[in-house]
Amino acid sequence: MGLQTESPGPVPFGMPLRRLLSGNALLVVILGLPVLAGVAGAILPAFGYLPALGGRDLTLVHLVELARQPHVLRSALTGLAAGLITTFAALAIVGTFVAGFAGTWAFTRIQHLVSPLLAVPHAAAAFALAFLVAPSGFLLRLASPELTGFTRPPDWLVPNDPYALSMIAGLISKEVPFLFLVALAALPQLAVARAARLTAALGYGRVLGFGVSLWPALYRQIRLPVFAVLAYSVSVVDVAIIIGPQLPPTLPVRIAQWAAYPDLDARFLASAGALVQLATVLAAMAIWNVAERFGRIALARLTSSGRRLAEDGALRVAAALLMTGCAVTIFAGLGLLSLWSAAGLWPFPDALPESLTTRTWLRTLPQLRVPLGTTIALALSAALLALLVAILLLYRNGGRKNGAGYRLLYLPLLVPEISFVFGLQILLFSAGVSPAFASVLAVHFLFVLPYVLLSLSAPWRELDPRFERIAAGLGKSPLEILFKVRLPLLFRACLTALAVGFSVSVSLYLPTLLVGSGRLTTITTEAVALASGGDRRVIGVHALVQSLLPFLAFLVASLGPQLLFRNRRAMRT
Amino acid sequence: MQEIAEAKSLTLADVAIRLTGRTLLAVSATILPGEVLTIMGPSGSGKSTLLAFAGGFLDPAFEVSGRILVGAEDLTQVPANRRHAGILFQDPMLFPHLSVGGNIAFAIPPAVKGHKARRALAEAALEEVGLGGFFDRDPETLSGGQKARVALQRLLVSAPRFLLLDEPFSKLDAALRQQTRELVFSKAKAAGLPTILVTHDSADAQAAGGRVIEVGSEEEA
Repeated sequence: MGLQTESPGPVPFGMPLRRLLSGNALLVVILGLPVLAGVAGAILPAFGYLPALGGRDLTLVHLVELARQPHVLRSALTGLAAGLITTFAALAIVGTFVAGFAGTWAFTRIQHLVSPLLAVPHAAAAFALAFLVAPSGFLLRLASPELTGFTRPPDWLVPNDPYALSMIAGLISKEVPFLFLVALAALPQLAVARAARLTAALGYGRVLGFGVSLWPALYRQIRLPVFAVLAYSVSVVDVAIIIGPQLPPTLPVRIAQWAAYPDLDARFLASAGALVQLATVLAAMAIWNVAERFGRIALARLTSSGRRLAEDGALRVAAALLMTGCAVTIFAGLGLLSLWSAAGLWPFPDALPESLTTRTWLRTLPQLRVPLGTTIALALSAALLALLVAILLLYRNGGRKNGAGYRLLYLPLLVPEISFVFGLQILLFSAGVSPAFASVLAVHFLFVLPYVLLSLSAPWRELDPRFERIAAGLGKSPLEILFKVRLPLLFRACLTALAVGFSVSVSLYLPTLLVGSGRLTTITTEAVALASGGDRRVIGVHALVQSLLPFLAFLVASLGPQLLFRNRRAMRT
Repeated sequence: MQEIAEAKSLTLADVAIRLTGRTLLAVSATILPGEVLTIMGPSGSGKSTLLAFAGGFLDPAFEVSGRILVGAEDLTQVPANRRHAGILFQDPMLFPHLSVGGNIAFAIPPAVKGHKARRALAEAALEEVGLGGFFDRDPETLSGGQKARVALQRLLVSAPRFLLLDEPFSKLDAALRQQTRELVFSKAKAAGLPTILVTHDSADAQAAGGRVIEVGSEEEA
């Protein structure tokens, strides 16, 4: 009919530009191209094509060379297994917890405990765990020498155990809050209370009742984030450096090492590694796909078997304990980090240091000034840039979740970062772009935008449309409505999105390291660099500063509206 | 007089609203300045959709045929912000980030220049409904009746060409409802605005005192 639709008024752009800017197309350009270019940039050198280094002939030597590296298969398989186990465990914990507690009092309580965990950078969480479980860590100190008899730290390969158990534990504790938050966002679209009453009336326990009635719908909603978790866990670098296996490290860590060799020829090897890592992630996804199929069959069998699992108390308690455990472990570890950063002499097996001192802080802070400045400048610019683009995208497509384009958002999260970021580094290197703030910022932006957009799109959609209708009736143009009505009303949501973007940027390790070629140091690259054999007290300072930054960002996001709208009650909550 | 009145009437020409092929509602009417046309019907009868059509913000899921005109000007393809439709919803929808006076000043047409002149106009508009001195108040601190009055004045200062009322009294308590109805209808009449009222409350229709079209029963009065 060609009647007026939701977007009132004339569009401020000419026709071709308008089409380019129409939400999804813009997303393809902004996120799709760099990721694909990055993948290409990693794959071509793997087959020997890298004109900048004189490689013009297609060859398999580099892949053969990769295969000759000691234990390379083991490196790849360890990462693959760790990623699959992490994803499965995190999903099982979150799924069982949501099924067992959705809509209860305990649910809200645990939600408040777990949510802040999302803001803790992966590296800081890994250090927190390391400080707890290391042979000279807090847990063993608590039990020594009374229970263990140890007067010296035992010679255990913890937290860098060859089976990657510590790494899996660290990853689970960080992926649980992420999946939980994603599930939380999907829950309002499900009739949780009604399904719970219905299945309870049929005699089901809470967990299985949820499982047979709502789980398929919930899983459909969180499937992409689950795959993002899988891709991330299989390819993780910073956590693997801190608490992953060492002899040999996982493949992504080795690729990062090759990429950082001064010998430029090692880049061909790294490229070959990046290609294999891409294949590893694809294999992980294929395995997950098969697992999903088995899961569906198992659930269907369970549903038709008539089993009710009415006595699921123990299962629910276990899920709640594991959820709480993730938060308690990491926060206790962070507390321990702070204690170490201020500890004087602290010999094993004393549970507490003999004295406290500010010496480490005073000594370390001056060295932190430059990386801290870089970190904040990067994070603020990336978050602001991402917020602007997110607002533009949402404005152009009215906040609708348009199938394919919207899924593109997840692209930078689904392609292993070691593969495409390394490819981007090679492309930049080939183009003669020397590592600089701008190029690192551009890559940070790729990782920040999806999170900022995801964070802003729900409040954007949920704003009462009547405000804008009234404003349009009052004669305001679409842009006036955007700036004078929508954005002020979404002020809090915008600040939260900024804080999310800021935190993501702060925690980025690999993009900063690779694209910055080590010349741009942030608090995160400094902290991870300390992992091998660093001084615990200095690590404590770094990890603490690193995790304080996101918390400060969220603090500002929650105080901003209070201050700016002191006199507007409805704007403060 | 008659000619001017003709020029400002609102016409719904063969408007029919369909959802997935089913006709929800069909209306053809001319509303004279100061006249109220009441559309009465249960929820889901398409009456709010009619207002969305008239206001210019229809959900694309609905199919609508027909035209809407003010005087001789066809508004059917005109964007919402150039139609100058004054809208009242069930809720007053005061902008929570602006002061009470800021809400009114926001609505004053840009033709009124100068901060002082705009503020004076807004203060006068508040004074008119017994809210003098409320300019700097937070809308959230107002009572339901006060909010409703601010919403009405906000709409009137914007110099609308017609009014669209979407059950604007249904959330007020009985005493306040009567008062607010009288205020709204007398102001609409005084301003010579053609008005469409959508409601399911026959008392609203009576108070409006104009033609009533009942929908849901497919009956035109």
